[in-house]
Order: sequence, then C-alpha cells, then structure tokens
Amino acid sequence: MSWSVKVDQDACLGSGICAGSRPDIFGFHGTHAVAVTERIDPDEDLLDLADTCPAAAILIRDGSGAELAPRP
Amino acid sequence: MTAADERVHDYPFNRPEGLDLAPAYRAARTSPGMIRVQLPFGEPAWLATRYEDARFVLGDRRFSRAEAAEHDEPRVQYHRGSGGILAMDPPDHTRLRVLVASAFTVRRVERLRPRVREIAESLIDDMRAVGTTGDLVESFALPLPVRVICELLGVPARDQHLFREWSDGLLSTASLTAEEFSRNDQEISAYMAGLVAQRRAEPADDLMSALIAARADNVDRLTERELVELCVGVLVAGHETTATQIPNFVHVLLSQPDRFAELRADPGLIPGAVEELMRFVPLGATSAFARYATEDVQVGEVLVREGEAVLAAIGSANHDETRFPDADQLRFDRGGSGHLGFGHGAHHCLGAALARVELQEALRALLALPGLHEAGHPEWKTQMLVRGPRKMPVAWEAQ
Repeated sequence: MSWSVKVDQDACLGSGICAGSRPDIFGFHGTHAVAVTERIDPDEDLLDLADTCPAAAILIRDGSGAELAPRP
Repeated sequence: MTAADERVHDYPFNRPEGLDLAPAYRAARTSPGMIRVQLPFGEPAWLATRYEDARFVLGDRRFSRAEAAEHDEPRVQYHRGSGGILAMDPPDHTRLRVLVASAFTVRRVERLRPRVREIAESLIDDMRAVGTTGDLVESFALPLPVRVICELLGVPARDQHLFREWSDGLLSTASLTAEEFSRNDQEISAYMAGLVAQRRAEPADDLMSALIAARADNVDRLTERELVELCVGVLVAGHETTATQIPNFVHVLLSQPDRFAELRADPGLIPGAVEELMRFVPLGATSAFARYATEDVQVGEVLVREGEAVLAAIGSANHDETRFPDADQLRFDRGGSGHLGFGHGAHHCLGAALARVELQEALRALLALPGLHEAGHPEWKTQMLVRGPRKMPVAWEAQ
C-alpha cells in the first residue's frame, strides 16, 4: 500500500536538506521544498529523513491516512 | 559581456582581521561563469560566488562530500580531519544525522529558550556586578553557547578549559603537524569516550544518553566510534560558531548606531535582525568543504566535469545583489528567508534552530545593557576557519 508525502509550505524553512538528500522525492522551488511525487512506496529511510527536517515540515501518511511523519 | 576569467586565483580572498568581504568576490560575481582558485593545500577548485550557483552546488546530490576523501581536497590547513558527518553523503549521512537531528528541531529548541534566556541574563548580571568594562567574548559570548550545548549534550561545563583548547585545534587553520593534529583529535575523542562510558553506566536526560540508547537498540546503526565522533561534533560545532557570531553581530550593530537604536526601540525586530546579520556577516575566513561532482554537471555557464571540486563562497553569495538588493546595506525588513548563512542542502547546519535562539536571546540581553559600546579595537582571531574577535573590549554604564 503506497504512502503519501507532502511538504507543509507554511512550516518549511528552505534548508534544502530533503531535496539535497532525496531528489527523487523532493525538489527545491524558489525558497521552499516541494514533494515532486505524491505517492511513494513505503520507505523507512524517508521517515528518518523527515525526522531530520528542522521545521518538521515533511508530512507522510500511510495508505489508511495514518500519520507516519513527523514523529513526535 | 566580458570573457570568462581563466586565471587560477590564489585563495582565500578575505583578510582574517575584521569582517570585510574581499573586493575580489564582487569581481568574480560580475564576471561570467565561476573562477578557478588555488588554496594553500590541495588541488585547484571552482569557486561559486553567485547566490544561484552556490545554492545549487550545496543543494544538488550530484555534488558529493564523501568523494573528497578520494582526492587532494582543497584546504587552508595541512592536516585533514576525519570530517565526521560533514564528510558523508546521504543515505549514510541521513542515518547518523537523524539520531541527533530530533534534538535540534525548531519545536524542541523553542523549549530551551527560557533556559537560554536565563543563562544570558545571568551572564549580564555577572558583568554588571564586576564593573562597567569587560571582554565580551570571555564574559558573555563564549560561556552562553558553551553552557547551553554542555547541558543539552551532557558534558560538564566545568571541563571548558579542557575541550576549548581541543576544539580550537580542530577548527584551526594553523599548520599543525600531522602528529599535533592527530594528538589533539585523540585527546578530545578519549575525553568524550570517557564521558560516554560514565553516561552508559548512569544515563541522564541528555543527548549523549539518547545516543547511547539508540546504539543499544541497534548496534549496526551506530558504531561506538561514530557515537563518540557525533558527540565531539555536536560539542565543537555547537558552540564555536555561535560564540564567534555574537561579538560579530555586536561589532556590526555598534558600527551602525541607527540600526542598533532601531533594535533597542523595538526588540520585536530581533528575529529578523538575526536573519539579516546571518546574511550580512561573512563569517568564513575561507570557503571550505569542497563538493565533488559525481558526473558532469552544468553550473550556470560552467560545465563542471566529473571528479572536479567546487567550493561555495557563502559570504559572497549572501551579498549577491541579484538576490539581495542593496546587499551591502543592513536591513531588518528583508523577510529573513533565503540566506545561506547556515548553508543549504543535506549538510544545512544541524544546530541552526538552536543558534537562532541563542543569537536572539544574546542580542535581547545585550540590548538591555545601558550604554553598551566598544572600548577599543577587537583583537581578531587569525588562524581559524571562522572570523571574529578573540577579545572584544566593551564598556557600559552602571545604570
């Protein structure tokens, strides 16, 4: 079951960590990151990456809509 | 349009004394493409001086830090350190970074703000209790981030006299011999390994204990050596730059009395002022941590070939007029975002949120010191990767 990934544009501080680490999932537009794909295959590494976002702006949900990241 | 500059320039451009941005950067920004530079050690490199080019190189995965280990990396010092996570690429880099990153998110760090404020105010009280003059570095700028990072990580602040010397050694551009550098490296690692052993026996509510627990959960995820290296990295990177930027910010503000008065009249401007000062102050004595192209990559007008090194000149990028109009003017109304003062991309400063809180609270506390002014010229560091006062005599009024 695929996951959904989004970047919260209001929270994003534009560090570029996500786009610089996983360009297959994230891109950098102007001053903020965006997810370049909405649906992704389950990927534990991506949860780790979401945890390194200083703004906790990477939102990942599983197929049922349950929030996987940011983790508390 | 003039022809591309094909000379190889001697680098670094900036003088260590003071915070001026060398005029050679403006010349490089306004000539097409990137320029070639030769540092005192290592191979020549491209230098990205424009905002777009610098940000692109820092943020694009095709530029690798790990590859630097395979090359004679351009550098100002003879010795080469292990580099820690700054010498790694994702996904290895992410695996380690995530272990410490959760302690440095905006949300977690905001919870530390009251403690940071308390430390800043107590240091100001101590300064006022002693008299009306002092060294801003020794009495305020250094102890503030040292105490904060020591408490966060779990290192006794009373050991400052020990780790400050090792920390300086790690960030020094002085040509230490290989033996001197490696002895320094071994001493701080041994010190940290000792603390890790203590914490393992007696865990506490700090980042070191959290890392020890993470290793206990999954020994493949974090080796003992990586654990110790991460703690050393957090301790060193966690105080030196902030301790340097506090006097730099004060130096800039005191030289622009209108801006200083503006902040004093409205402390609500402090967060914007910190972002603007991060942009405005060219902290680096040199550009460092070259990125290596893992394939041919077009950077602006230059095709960087696979295996070539590119250095991002952050101070120059932050003064690029095409990105920041009136870039040489200090203005608190720029909206803050977009400067490269904390870097960009996978290696964006891990402690950026903490540094912001510390710098904001440092300015808040110092603005309340009546009649603060410089009492003589600062004594500048000369052999460090970052520029700033080693000593900064200041004075204030008793009331």
